[in-house]
Amino acid sequence: MTAGVAGLSALDLHEVALALGDDCLVLSHRLAEWTTHAPELEEEVALANLALDLLGQARSLLSLAGEAEGRGRDEDQLAYWRDDRDFRNLLLVEQPNGDFAVTMTRQLLFSAYQELLYDRISSGTEPRLAAIAAKGVMEARYHLEHARLWVQRLGGGTEESHSRMRRALDLLWPYTKELFEPTEAWGRAADLGALPPLASIEGPWRKTIQSQLESSHLEIPEFSAWQSGGRRGSHSEHLGHLLAEMQHLHRSHPNATW
Amino acid sequence: MPPGEELARRLAAEVPDPELPFLTLEDLGILRRVEVGPEGTVRVVLTPTYSGCPAVGQMAEDVRRTLMDAGFPAVQVDTELAPAWSTDRLGPRARAKLEAMDIAPPPPAAPAPITLTLKCPHCGSLRTRQLSRFGSTACKSLWRCQDCSEPFEHFKALR
Ligand SMILES: [Zn+2]
Repeated sequence: MTAGVAGLSALDLHEVALALGDDCLVLSHRLAEWTTHAPELEEEVALANLALDLLGQARSLLSLAGEAEGRGRDEDQLAYWRDDRDFRNLLLVEQPNGDFAVTMTRQLLFSAYQELLYDRISSGTEPRLAAIAAKGVMEARYHLEHARLWVQRLGGGTEESHSRMRRALDLLWPYTKELFEPTEAWGRAADLGALPPLASIEGPWRKTIQSQLESSHLEIPEFSAWQSGGRRGSHSEHLGHLLAEMQHLHRSHPNATW
Repeated sequence: MPPGEELARRLAAEVPDPELPFLTLEDLGILRRVEVGPEGTVRVVLTPTYSGCPAVGQMAEDVRRTLMDAGFPAVQVDTELAPAWSTDRLGPRARAKLEAMDIAPPPPAAPAPITLTLKCPHCGSLRTRQLSRFGSTACKSLWRCQDCSEPFEHFKALR
Protein backbone atom coordinates (compact mmCIF):
# COMPACT_ATOMS: atom_id res chain seq x y z
CA MET A 1 0.00 0.00 0.00
CA THR A 2 1.42 3.35 -0.96
CA ALA A 3 0.86 6.67 0.76
CA GLY A 4 -2.60 8.18 0.44
CA VAL A 5 -3.29 11.10 -1.85
CA ALA A 6 -3.10 13.49 1.05
CA GLY A 7 0.58 12.61 1.51
CA LEU A 8 -0.31 10.75 4.66
CA SER A 9 2.09 7.84 5.17
CA ALA A 10 0.58 4.37 5.04
CA LEU A 11 1.72 3.74 8.60
CA ASP A 12 0.06 6.90 9.91
CA LEU A 13 -3.15 6.03 8.07
CA HIS A 14 -2.98 2.59 9.65
CA GLU A 15 -2.50 4.12 13.12
CA VAL A 16 -5.36 6.59 12.94
CA ALA A 17 -7.81 4.18 11.31
CA LEU A 18 -6.97 1.65 14.02
CA ALA A 19 -7.61 4.19 16.80
CA LEU A 20 -10.98 5.23 15.34
CA GLY A 21 -11.93 1.63 14.58
CA ASP A 22 -11.00 0.36 18.04
CA ASP A 23 -13.22 3.02 19.65
CA CYS A 24 -16.15 1.66 17.64
CA LEU A 25 -15.36 -2.00 18.18
CA VAL A 26 -14.91 -1.76 21.95
CA LEU A 27 -17.96 0.43 22.52
CA SER A 28 -20.01 -1.83 20.27
CA HIS A 29 -19.08 -4.79 22.43
CA ARG A 30 -19.93 -2.91 25.62
CA LEU A 31 -23.38 -1.98 24.29
CA ALA A 32 -24.01 -5.54 23.14
CA GLU A 33 -23.43 -6.65 26.75
CA TRP A 34 -26.79 -5.02 27.56
CA THR A 35 -28.62 -7.56 25.43
CA THR A 36 -31.20 -9.32 27.65
CA HIS A 37 -30.35 -6.90 30.52
CA ALA A 38 -31.85 -3.63 29.29
CA PRO A 39 -34.43 -1.83 31.46
CA GLU A 40 -37.18 -2.18 28.84
CA LEU A 41 -37.73 -3.96 25.55
CA GLU A 42 -37.56 -0.82 23.39
CA GLU A 43 -34.23 0.10 24.94
CA GLU A 44 -32.93 -3.40 24.41
CA VAL A 45 -33.60 -2.96 20.69
CA ALA A 46 -32.11 0.53 20.76
CA LEU A 47 -28.84 -0.52 22.39
CA ALA A 48 -28.44 -3.45 20.01
CA ASN A 49 -28.96 -1.09 17.05
CA LEU A 50 -26.39 1.38 18.38
CA ALA A 51 -23.97 -1.52 18.78
CA LEU A 52 -24.66 -2.68 15.23
CA ASP A 53 -23.97 0.75 13.71
CA LEU A 54 -20.69 0.94 15.63
CA LEU A 55 -19.73 -2.55 14.57
CA GLY A 56 -20.30 -1.62 10.93
CA GLN A 57 -18.09 1.45 11.32
CA ALA A 58 -15.45 -0.67 13.09
CA ARG A 59 -15.43 -3.14 10.19
CA SER A 60 -14.81 -0.41 7.61
CA LEU A 61 -12.14 1.30 9.73
CA LEU A 62 -10.28 -1.88 10.66
CA SER A 63 -10.36 -3.07 7.04
CA LEU A 64 -8.80 0.24 6.03
CA ALA A 65 -6.22 -0.06 8.84
CA GLY A 66 -5.31 -3.53 7.59
CA GLU A 67 -5.03 -2.41 3.96
CA ALA A 68 -2.85 0.57 4.86
CA GLU A 69 -0.57 -1.63 6.93
CA GLY A 70 -0.04 -3.88 3.94
CA ARG A 71 0.79 -7.01 5.93
CA GLY A 72 -2.30 -8.94 4.93
CA ARG A 73 -4.20 -8.50 8.19
CA ASP A 74 -7.95 -8.13 7.66
CA GLU A 75 -10.67 -6.80 9.98
CA ASP A 76 -11.08 -10.16 11.74
CA GLN A 77 -7.39 -10.62 12.38
CA LEU A 78 -7.16 -7.12 13.81
CA ALA A 79 -10.24 -7.63 15.98
CA TYR A 80 -9.50 -11.12 17.26
CA TRP A 81 -5.75 -11.57 17.28
CA ARG A 82 -4.43 -8.47 18.98
CA ASP A 83 -3.86 -8.27 22.74
CA ASP A 84 -4.96 -5.34 24.87
CA ARG A 85 -1.70 -3.42 24.60
CA ASP A 86 -2.14 -3.34 20.81
CA PHE A 87 -5.60 -1.78 21.05
CA ARG A 88 -5.73 1.98 20.50
CA ASN A 89 -9.20 2.85 21.79
CA LEU A 90 -9.97 5.59 24.30
CA LEU A 91 -10.23 4.52 27.93
CA LEU A 92 -13.73 6.04 28.01
CA VAL A 93 -15.25 3.40 25.71
CA GLU A 94 -13.82 0.42 27.59
CA GLN A 95 -15.30 1.51 30.94
CA PRO A 96 -17.81 -1.04 32.25
CA ASN A 97 -21.49 -0.38 31.58
CA GLY A 98 -22.30 0.21 35.26
CA ASP A 99 -25.93 1.18 35.69
CA PHE A 100 -28.04 2.64 32.89
CA ALA A 101 -26.99 6.17 33.91
CA VAL A 102 -23.32 5.30 33.37
CA THR A 103 -24.05 3.76 29.98
CA MET A 104 -26.07 6.76 28.80
CA THR A 105 -23.55 9.26 30.13
CA ARG A 106 -20.81 7.43 28.26
CA GLN A 107 -23.01 7.53 25.14
CA LEU A 108 -23.52 11.27 25.47
CA LEU A 109 -19.82 12.00 25.97
CA PHE A 110 -18.69 9.73 23.15
CA SER A 111 -21.43 10.34 20.56
CA ALA A 112 -20.98 14.12 20.83
CA TYR A 113 -17.26 13.60 20.22
CA GLN A 114 -17.73 11.14 17.37
CA GLU A 115 -20.27 13.33 15.61
CA LEU A 116 -17.91 16.32 15.60
CA LEU A 117 -14.98 14.16 14.58
CA TYR A 118 -16.77 12.39 11.71
CA ASP A 119 -18.25 15.65 10.48
CA ARG A 120 -14.78 17.13 10.12
CA ILE A 121 -13.14 13.97 8.76
CA SER A 122 -15.84 13.69 6.10
CA SER A 123 -14.55 16.88 4.48
CA GLY A 124 -10.91 15.95 5.09
CA THR A 125 -8.22 15.12 2.55
CA GLU A 126 -8.05 11.33 2.96
CA PRO A 127 -10.83 9.98 0.70
CA ARG A 128 -11.21 6.55 2.32
CA LEU A 129 -11.45 7.97 5.83
CA ALA A 130 -13.77 10.69 4.55
CA ALA A 131 -16.13 8.12 3.00
CA ILE A 132 -16.41 6.12 6.22
CA ALA A 133 -16.93 9.28 8.27
CA ALA A 134 -19.60 10.65 5.90
CA LYS A 135 -21.58 7.46 6.41
CA GLY A 136 -20.92 7.31 10.16
CA VAL A 137 -21.78 10.92 10.94
CA MET A 138 -25.47 10.37 10.23
CA GLU A 139 -25.45 7.44 12.63
CA ALA A 140 -23.49 9.33 15.31
CA ARG A 141 -26.02 12.16 15.06
CA TYR A 142 -28.85 9.73 15.75
CA HIS A 143 -26.92 8.15 18.64
CA LEU A 144 -26.29 11.56 20.18
CA GLU A 145 -29.97 12.41 19.95
CA HIS A 146 -30.83 9.17 21.72
CA ALA A 147 -28.32 9.84 24.53
CA ARG A 148 -29.60 13.41 24.92
CA LEU A 149 -33.16 12.23 25.47
CA TRP A 150 -32.10 9.81 28.18
CA VAL A 151 -29.74 12.23 29.94
CA GLN A 152 -32.59 14.73 29.95
CA ARG A 153 -35.02 12.22 31.41
CA LEU A 154 -32.64 10.81 34.00
CA GLY A 155 -31.09 14.13 35.02
CA GLY A 156 -34.45 15.79 35.46
CA GLY A 157 -36.25 12.68 36.64
CA THR A 158 -36.46 11.39 40.20
CA GLU A 159 -34.06 12.10 43.02
CA GLU A 160 -32.66 8.61 42.51
CA SER A 161 -32.11 8.96 38.75
CA HIS A 162 -30.61 12.43 39.24
CA SER A 163 -28.11 11.25 41.84
CA ARG A 164 -27.15 8.30 39.65
CA MET A 165 -26.47 10.66 36.77
CA ARG A 166 -24.25 12.78 39.00
CA ARG A 167 -22.36 9.70 40.09
CA ALA A 168 -21.98 8.60 36.47
CA LEU A 169 -20.52 11.97 35.48
CA ASP A 170 -18.07 11.90 38.38
CA LEU A 171 -17.04 8.42 37.35
CA LEU A 172 -16.53 9.09 33.63
CA TRP A 173 -15.37 12.69 33.50
CA PRO A 174 -11.70 11.80 34.26
CA TYR A 175 -11.57 9.93 30.94
CA THR A 176 -12.68 12.87 28.81
CA LYS A 177 -9.40 14.74 28.63
CA GLU A 178 -7.91 11.90 26.62
CA LEU A 179 -10.43 12.57 23.84
CA PHE A 180 -8.41 15.64 22.93
CA GLU A 181 -4.86 14.37 23.30
CA PRO A 182 -3.41 13.72 19.84
CA THR A 183 -0.93 10.94 19.17
CA GLU A 184 2.01 11.73 16.89
CA ALA A 185 0.31 10.05 13.93
CA TRP A 186 -2.85 12.06 14.60
CA GLY A 187 -0.82 15.27 14.68
CA ARG A 188 0.74 14.52 11.29
CA ALA A 189 -2.63 13.52 9.82
CA ALA A 190 -4.10 16.79 11.12
CA ASP A 191 -1.27 18.79 9.55
CA LEU A 192 -2.21 17.22 6.21
CA GLY A 193 -5.91 17.94 6.66
CA ALA A 194 -6.97 14.29 6.89
CA LEU A 195 -8.17 14.67 10.48
CA PRO A 196 -9.17 17.75 12.46
CA PRO A 197 -6.73 19.03 15.08
CA LEU A 198 -8.27 17.74 18.30
CA ALA A 199 -7.91 21.15 19.92
CA SER A 200 -10.35 22.50 17.35
CA ILE A 201 -13.19 20.22 18.41
CA GLU A 202 -12.66 20.45 22.17
CA GLY A 203 -14.50 23.78 22.45
CA PRO A 204 -17.56 22.72 20.42
CA TRP A 205 -17.68 19.41 22.31
CA ARG A 206 -17.60 21.10 25.68
CA LYS A 207 -20.32 23.50 24.59
CA THR A 208 -22.57 20.62 23.49
CA ILE A 209 -22.05 18.74 26.74
CA GLN A 210 -22.41 21.79 28.93
CA SER A 211 -25.69 22.93 27.40
CA GLN A 212 -27.10 19.40 27.51
CA LEU A 213 -26.15 18.99 31.16
CA GLU A 214 -27.53 22.40 32.08
CA SER A 215 -30.90 21.63 30.55
CA SER A 216 -30.83 18.27 32.39
CA HIS A 217 -30.20 19.90 35.81
CA LEU A 218 -26.65 18.57 35.87
CA GLU A 219 -23.22 20.10 35.62
CA ILE A 220 -19.68 19.30 34.57
CA PRO A 221 -17.76 17.97 37.61
CA GLU A 222 -15.29 20.48 39.02
CA PHE A 223 -12.11 18.53 39.44
CA SER A 224 -10.86 15.37 37.83
CA ALA A 225 -7.78 13.23 38.25
CA TRP A 226 -7.29 12.77 34.50
CA GLN A 227 -6.72 9.30 33.14
CA SER A 228 -5.29 8.57 29.71
CA GLY A 229 -3.17 6.07 27.83
CA GLY A 230 -5.60 4.13 25.66
CA ARG A 231 -4.33 5.63 22.41
CA ARG A 232 -0.84 4.39 23.34
CA GLY A 233 -2.01 0.92 24.34
CA SER A 234 -1.98 1.47 28.08
CA HIS A 235 -5.41 0.26 29.14
CA SER A 236 -7.40 -0.40 32.30
CA GLU A 237 -7.87 -4.00 33.36
CA HIS A 238 -11.43 -3.76 32.05
CA LEU A 239 -10.30 -4.05 28.44
CA GLY A 240 -8.55 -7.36 29.11
CA HIS A 241 -11.79 -8.88 30.43
CA LEU A 242 -13.78 -7.51 27.50
CA LEU A 243 -11.32 -8.92 24.96
CA ALA A 244 -11.24 -12.29 26.69
CA GLU A 245 -14.95 -12.60 26.08
CA MET A 246 -14.92 -11.11 22.58
CA GLN A 247 -11.95 -13.11 21.30
CA HIS A 248 -12.35 -16.42 23.08
CA LEU A 249 -14.53 -18.23 20.55
CA HIS A 250 -12.55 -17.12 17.53
CA ARG A 251 -9.22 -18.06 19.09
CA SER A 252 -10.48 -21.45 20.29
CA HIS A 253 -11.91 -22.27 16.87
CA PRO A 254 -9.88 -20.37 14.27
CA ASN A 255 -11.73 -19.77 11.00
CA ALA A 256 -15.00 -21.05 12.44
CA THR A 257 -18.03 -19.75 10.58
CA TRP A 258 -21.69 -19.75 11.59
CA MET B 1 -22.64 -0.44 -23.89
CA PRO B 2 -21.40 -4.05 -23.83
CA PRO B 3 -24.03 -6.66 -24.69
CA GLY B 4 -26.06 -7.77 -21.72
CA GLU B 5 -25.37 -4.70 -19.66
CA GLU B 6 -28.94 -3.41 -19.88
CA LEU B 7 -30.27 -6.86 -18.94
CA ALA B 8 -27.83 -7.21 -16.04
CA ARG B 9 -28.78 -3.80 -14.76
CA ARG B 10 -32.50 -4.54 -14.97
CA LEU B 11 -32.11 -7.88 -13.17
CA ALA B 12 -29.97 -6.42 -10.38
CA ALA B 13 -32.36 -3.48 -9.99
CA GLU B 14 -35.31 -5.81 -9.38
CA VAL B 15 -33.63 -7.92 -6.65
CA PRO B 16 -35.74 -7.55 -3.49
CA ASP B 17 -34.37 -6.25 -0.21
CA PRO B 18 -34.06 -9.23 2.19
CA GLU B 19 -35.61 -7.31 5.11
CA LEU B 20 -38.25 -5.30 3.24
CA PRO B 21 -38.92 -7.65 0.29
CA PHE B 22 -41.60 -5.41 -1.25
CA LEU B 23 -38.81 -2.91 -2.03
CA THR B 24 -36.19 -3.54 -4.70
CA LEU B 25 -32.55 -2.52 -4.53
CA GLU B 26 -33.39 0.21 -7.03
CA ASP B 27 -36.34 1.47 -4.95
CA LEU B 28 -34.01 1.83 -1.98
CA GLY B 29 -31.44 3.71 -4.04
CA ILE B 30 -28.63 1.37 -3.08
CA LEU B 31 -27.74 0.04 -6.55
CA ARG B 32 -24.88 2.22 -7.71
CA ARG B 33 -23.55 0.68 -10.94
CA VAL B 34 -23.69 -2.41 -13.12
CA GLU B 35 -20.85 -3.01 -15.57
CA VAL B 36 -20.34 -5.92 -17.95
CA GLY B 37 -16.77 -6.72 -18.98
CA PRO B 38 -15.64 -8.16 -22.34
CA GLU B 39 -15.92 -11.77 -21.14
CA GLY B 40 -19.45 -11.16 -19.86
CA THR B 41 -18.25 -10.75 -16.29
CA VAL B 42 -20.60 -8.53 -14.32
CA ARG B 43 -19.51 -6.09 -11.63
CA VAL B 44 -22.28 -4.71 -9.43
CA VAL B 45 -21.68 -1.90 -6.97
CA LEU B 46 -24.02 -1.48 -3.99
CA THR B 47 -23.96 1.06 -1.18
CA PRO B 48 -25.12 0.14 2.33
CA THR B 49 -28.01 1.95 4.03
CA TYR B 50 -26.40 1.72 7.49
CA SER B 51 -22.72 0.98 8.24
CA GLY B 52 -23.69 -2.19 10.07
CA CYS B 53 -26.64 -3.24 7.91
CA PRO B 54 -26.62 -7.04 8.28
CA ALA B 55 -28.58 -7.48 5.05
CA VAL B 56 -25.75 -6.37 2.77
CA GLY B 57 -24.17 -9.83 2.62
CA GLN B 58 -27.51 -11.38 1.71
CA MET B 59 -28.18 -8.74 -0.95
CA ALA B 60 -24.81 -9.38 -2.56
CA GLU B 61 -25.54 -13.10 -2.59
CA ASP B 62 -29.03 -12.57 -4.05
CA VAL B 63 -27.65 -10.34 -6.83
CA ARG B 64 -24.92 -12.84 -7.61
CA ARG B 65 -27.35 -15.74 -7.80
CA THR B 66 -29.89 -13.84 -9.91
CA LEU B 67 -27.27 -12.90 -12.50
CA MET B 68 -25.64 -16.34 -12.56
CA ASP B 69 -29.08 -17.92 -13.08
CA ALA B 70 -29.59 -15.57 -16.03
CA GLY B 71 -26.43 -17.01 -17.61
CA PHE B 72 -23.75 -14.46 -16.78
CA PRO B 73 -20.50 -16.42 -16.34
CA ALA B 74 -19.10 -14.53 -13.34
CA VAL B 75 -20.45 -11.88 -11.00
CA GLN B 76 -18.60 -9.68 -8.58
CA VAL B 77 -20.47 -7.53 -6.06
CA ASP B 78 -18.64 -4.67 -4.37
CA THR B 79 -19.81 -2.11 -1.85
CA GLU B 80 -18.95 1.54 -1.98
CA LEU B 81 -19.59 4.09 0.79
CA ALA B 82 -19.15 7.44 -0.97
CA PRO B 83 -21.33 9.33 -1.57
CA ALA B 84 -23.07 8.18 1.60
CA TRP B 85 -26.62 6.86 1.26
CA SER B 86 -29.38 8.79 2.97
CA THR B 87 -33.14 8.35 3.01
CA ASP B 88 -33.35 11.17 0.46
CA ARG B 89 -32.41 8.46 -2.06
CA LEU B 90 -35.77 6.77 -1.65
CA GLY B 91 -37.76 7.54 -4.76
CA PRO B 92 -41.52 8.23 -4.99
CA ARG B 93 -42.12 4.57 -5.89
CA ALA B 94 -40.41 3.43 -2.66
CA ARG B 95 -42.42 5.89 -0.59
CA ALA B 96 -45.69 4.72 -2.13
CA LYS B 97 -44.78 1.08 -1.51
CA LEU B 98 -43.89 1.79 2.14
CA GLU B 99 -47.24 3.50 2.63
CA ALA B 100 -49.04 0.60 1.00
CA MET B 101 -47.36 -1.71 3.55
CA ASP B 102 -48.51 0.55 6.44
CA ILE B 103 -44.97 1.77 7.09
CA ALA B 104 -44.73 5.56 7.37
CA PRO B 105 -42.03 6.80 4.96
CA PRO B 106 -39.39 9.30 6.12
CA PRO B 107 -40.49 12.94 5.94
CA PRO B 108 -39.16 14.69 2.83
CA ALA B 109 -35.89 16.60 3.20
CA ALA B 110 -36.48 19.99 4.78
CA PRO B 111 -34.14 22.98 4.48
CA ALA B 112 -33.88 23.14 8.29
CA PRO B 113 -34.36 20.26 10.73
CA ILE B 114 -37.89 20.44 12.09
CA THR B 115 -39.87 17.93 14.08
CA LEU B 116 -42.74 16.65 12.00
CA THR B 117 -45.54 14.51 13.21
CA LEU B 118 -46.12 11.33 11.25
CA LYS B 119 -49.39 10.40 9.64
CA CYS B 120 -50.90 7.16 10.88
CA PRO B 121 -50.83 4.74 7.93
CA HIS B 122 -54.01 3.04 9.21
CA CYS B 123 -56.43 5.93 9.79
CA GLY B 124 -54.54 9.01 8.60
CA SER B 125 -54.57 10.72 11.98
CA LEU B 126 -51.75 13.14 12.75
CA ARG B 127 -52.00 12.45 16.48
CA THR B 128 -49.17 9.92 16.65
CA ARG B 129 -46.41 9.29 19.12
CA GLN B 130 -42.99 7.65 18.90
CA LEU B 131 -42.75 4.54 21.06
CA SER B 132 -39.16 3.70 20.28
CA ARG B 133 -36.46 5.38 18.22
CA PHE B 134 -35.37 1.94 17.03
CA GLY B 135 -37.28 -0.94 15.51
CA SER B 136 -37.07 -4.46 14.17
CA THR B 137 -34.43 -3.48 11.59
CA ALA B 138 -31.78 -0.73 11.58
CA CYS B 139 -33.86 1.44 9.23
CA LYS B 140 -37.10 1.59 11.25
CA SER B 141 -38.56 3.11 14.42
CA LEU B 142 -41.79 2.24 16.20
CA TRP B 143 -44.82 4.54 16.53
CA ARG B 144 -48.37 4.46 17.80
CA CYS B 145 -51.52 6.27 16.72
CA GLN B 146 -53.40 8.00 19.53
CA ASP B 147 -56.68 7.91 17.63
CA CYS B 148 -56.93 4.32 16.39
CA SER B 149 -54.39 3.04 18.99
CA GLU B 150 -52.64 0.91 16.36
CA PRO B 151 -48.85 0.71 16.44
CA PHE B 152 -47.02 1.23 13.15
CA GLU B 153 -43.49 1.23 11.81
CA HIS B 154 -41.68 4.21 10.37
CA PHE B 155 -38.80 4.10 7.88
CA LYS B 156 -36.81 6.68 9.80
CA ALA B 157 -34.98 9.57 8.19
CA LEU B 158 -31.20 9.24 7.95
CA ARG B 159 -29.40 12.24 6.60
ZN1 LIG C 1 -54.51 5.66 13.37
